[in-house]
Amino acid sequence: MQYITLDTETDFDGWRKAARSLALHHVQPTDVIWTVQGGEAELFAPPAPSPILAVNDGTFNVSSKFVDLAKSAILHRDTERFAILYRLLWRLKDNHDLIEVAIDPDVAQVTAMARAVHRDEHKMHAFVRFREIGRERDAHYVAWFEPEHHIVELAAPFFARRFSDMPWSILTPDLCAHWNGHALSFTPGVSKNEAPGADRLEETWRRYYASIFNPARLKVKAMQKEMPKKYWRNLPEASIIRPLIEDAERMTGAMIANAATDPHKPQKRPEAPMTRKPSADDLDALREEAAHCRACPLFKDATQTVFGEGPRDATIMLVGEQPGDKEDLAGHPFVGPAGQMLDRALLEAGVDRTKVYVTNAVKHFKFVPRGKIRLHQKPATPEIKACRPWYEREVSAIQPELIVAMGATAAQSVFGKIVPVGKTRGRLIDLPGGRKALVTVHPSYLLRLPDPEAKALEYQRFVEDLKIAAGLQRKSARAA
Amino acid sequence: MALGLIHEPNQRDSTMDVQRKLEILADAAKYDASCASSGTEKRDSRDGKGMGSTAPGMGICHSYAPDGRCISLLKVLLTNACNYDCLYCVNRASSNVPRARFTIDEVVKLTLDFYRRNYIEGLFLSSGIIRSPDYTMEQVVGVARKLREEHHFRGYIHLKTIPEADDALIAEAGKYADRLSINIEMPEETSLQQFAPEKDVRAIRRTMGRLRLKLDEAKDSRKAKTKARPQRFAPAGQSTQMIIGADAASDHTILHTSANLYGSYQLRRVYYSAFSPIPDASRALPLVQPPLLREHRLYQADWLMRFYGFDVGEIVDDSAMLPLDIDPKLAWALRHRDRFPLDVNRASREELLRVPGFGTKAVERIIATRRTTTIRLSDLARLHVPRNKAMPFIVLSDHRPAPHRLDAAGLIERFKPKATQLGFGF
Repeated sequence: MQYITLDTETDFDGWRKAARSLALHHVQPTDVIWTVQGGEAELFAPPAPSPILAVNDGTFNVSSKFVDLAKSAILHRDTERFAILYRLLWRLKDNHDLIEVAIDPDVAQVTAMARAVHRDEHKMHAFVRFREIGRERDAHYVAWFEPEHHIVELAAPFFARRFSDMPWSILTPDLCAHWNGHALSFTPGVSKNEAPGADRLEETWRRYYASIFNPARLKVKAMQKEMPKKYWRNLPEASIIRPLIEDAERMTGAMIANAATDPHKPQKRPEAPMTRKPSADDLDALREEAAHCRACPLFKDATQTVFGEGPRDATIMLVGEQPGDKEDLAGHPFVGPAGQMLDRALLEAGVDRTKVYVTNAVKHFKFVPRGKIRLHQKPATPEIKACRPWYEREVSAIQPELIVAMGATAAQSVFGKIVPVGKTRGRLIDLPGGRKALVTVHPSYLLRLPDPEAKALEYQRFVEDLKIAAGLQRKSARAA
Repeated sequence: MALGLIHEPNQRDSTMDVQRKLEILADAAKYDASCASSGTEKRDSRDGKGMGSTAPGMGICHSYAPDGRCISLLKVLLTNACNYDCLYCVNRASSNVPRARFTIDEVVKLTLDFYRRNYIEGLFLSSGIIRSPDYTMEQVVGVARKLREEHHFRGYIHLKTIPEADDALIAEAGKYADRLSINIEMPEETSLQQFAPEKDVRAIRRTMGRLRLKLDEAKDSRKAKTKARPQRFAPAGQSTQMIIGADAASDHTILHTSANLYGSYQLRRVYYSAFSPIPDASRALPLVQPPLLREHRLYQADWLMRFYGFDVGEIVDDSAMLPLDIDPKLAWALRHRDRFPLDVNRASREELLRVPGFGTKAVERIIATRRTTTIRLSDLARLHVPRNKAMPFIVLSDHRPAPHRLDAAGLIERFKPKATQLGFGF
């Protein structure tokens, strides 16, 4: 039989060193008795440390997952924890994958112990209540806490990081932690009598606690699940839990019975919004009117109407399909990836961007949500038709010489019927009213092409198409 | 639009002490369900310059009220005076609740005093709309600015964003806050028009869109490989809240709206708040016990959408309402019995996530475990799977449900809660 005595209840390094030697000497887990110096069990153990510990010849590997688990589990108050951990280590030595087997009894037990320790640590972070001793600059903050496991050293650095500008002490029956503004230190545990009895802010805190509680939603079990009664005796707000519960039903009943009293002051209401101006085909009025468009159901799920933008004297009007994700959020057309590609192509083709009005055939984003993203959906004919009046009114407000339809949806809107892009692209087509139309692809089509070579080729064709627009723009500039 | 000043309390009203103000302004804030302090960047005060830190992984709930809700933040309004007359709201202009207004310094001091005693993780500040959206937003931002710039407060700050507030104010709010939120309030535009005539769902959505663009920008600047310090904008993202049960919207409508909001604005959370009786409540609203169970089922459905790969259309059946007696995943499984039983030792992750009683962590444990060994019936407890719930739907190396059991009409009875005496169990 091997007797191992660890320095303290939280002596992980001592345990690790002993366990390594024991395992290297093939000492069966059943042949080891673990004790802690000063602990009760030590009385029955021989005083001399195990000779095996002196010999340290070699190492073996265990997964870091086990080391992390063991570091936590060793803080558990279960006196068997050292033995359980050694048993698991013993089995892991020949079977590294065992640590992943959640259904193994030893793995499950160690995992549960580690989890209990972390929960206790978390609750300590939450439920420590500092009480001020002295005022203002000389104040020292002291708390009394009763942890379930040996977690004071584990939990203390959190408070040092958080309250670095104030001296504090957390007193517990096991161990006390202190921070002097520079360093953490630990002293032996004390009794509750040593802790301060009250703080000047606790009444304010209780009033807050009472006011933030909604008596119409009484869920006592849910509260107790997260804040078990064992913590209540050290929480200043817990003294009013019982009266709050007892009064909840009466308060809720009163709120239901005493519905609204009449307002005792004449209420100054905001003036009713002015009725909208009759629709003039002025661009700003159009934009304002379109913001409230309900002509098809697309407005419901979208953020906003994305209306066309550009100078009133634009000679060219570019029509896309519909706003995308980014356009919908920003409220401006062609600001997303397709817009960037369009800008580049316009520049290359020699089109003067400042003389171009850009808009979309459909002015709301059509999509289906997929988790955190929105999948673009092609607008259907009824939606294109419902939105067409806006396009027509934009045309009559801008009076462009050329309308460039990018993609099938835009072409459908511009010509009022379905037009094959492939067969019509790249040449000027006469529109009624002396205007010209040019059909090309939509820039987002280029973005979707997977093959870089095809992409480059198609991009060039797109630029070639836009060069026709550039030529017309130059001609009309010379004429003017 | 001429906004009247509706009995706006005097800022220098010294007759009301801070404790009384706190009672009024916490009471006014409690219908906002969120109290989260999680998911933000890592901060601490080890430089000795100020106070505070964040717990990036999970937030910390410093207390729980008897309503079972976490108390993590000092959740108050700056003022409960409000120009708006939203019927469902305790602070509406026409309500006769007592009014109060904190000064910026009072909120700052309360936050620091509470924080120093480890009562809270930080501040959640909202406000009634007074004077104008910009004026109100400026006041709210003023508190955060003072906490961060003057007191070097490193704790958590959640600010309510006022729709239509100026872009520069929103940018500043995002600089100081960990989280920003705007409440969508109602699942449907029509009910918002009916209950909150001054609010405009379009304005709310536009502002959510602006926040999302700023969040994306900040994210990109963090990723960029330049030496320039990344711009900071609400590292814990944005969230919203919907009131449940005040209007007639179905669960399907509610979840559809949620899915839309998650997808459109990348919200961290949509909170569902069962409409609860309020002091001096409007007669136009259902003054009954809040539908807490419905709220709970909506949260479960929300989780199914976000972590379990479910689509809105799958979660709700033709009735458009979630069953109250069983959870939505179980209800889905009972409607799709042809997909079960599932062999736990072979099924894909996506399939396992659809087994009633299997949580995301349990599924990960199963996948890691079955690489080395086969899973048996007696192992379910160690995987933290409720045995009775899962058993009819799964096959294990020593368990196969009798074929007639899965098809039995009475299967659902097994899961319905037993009738119990009502009581507090206190």
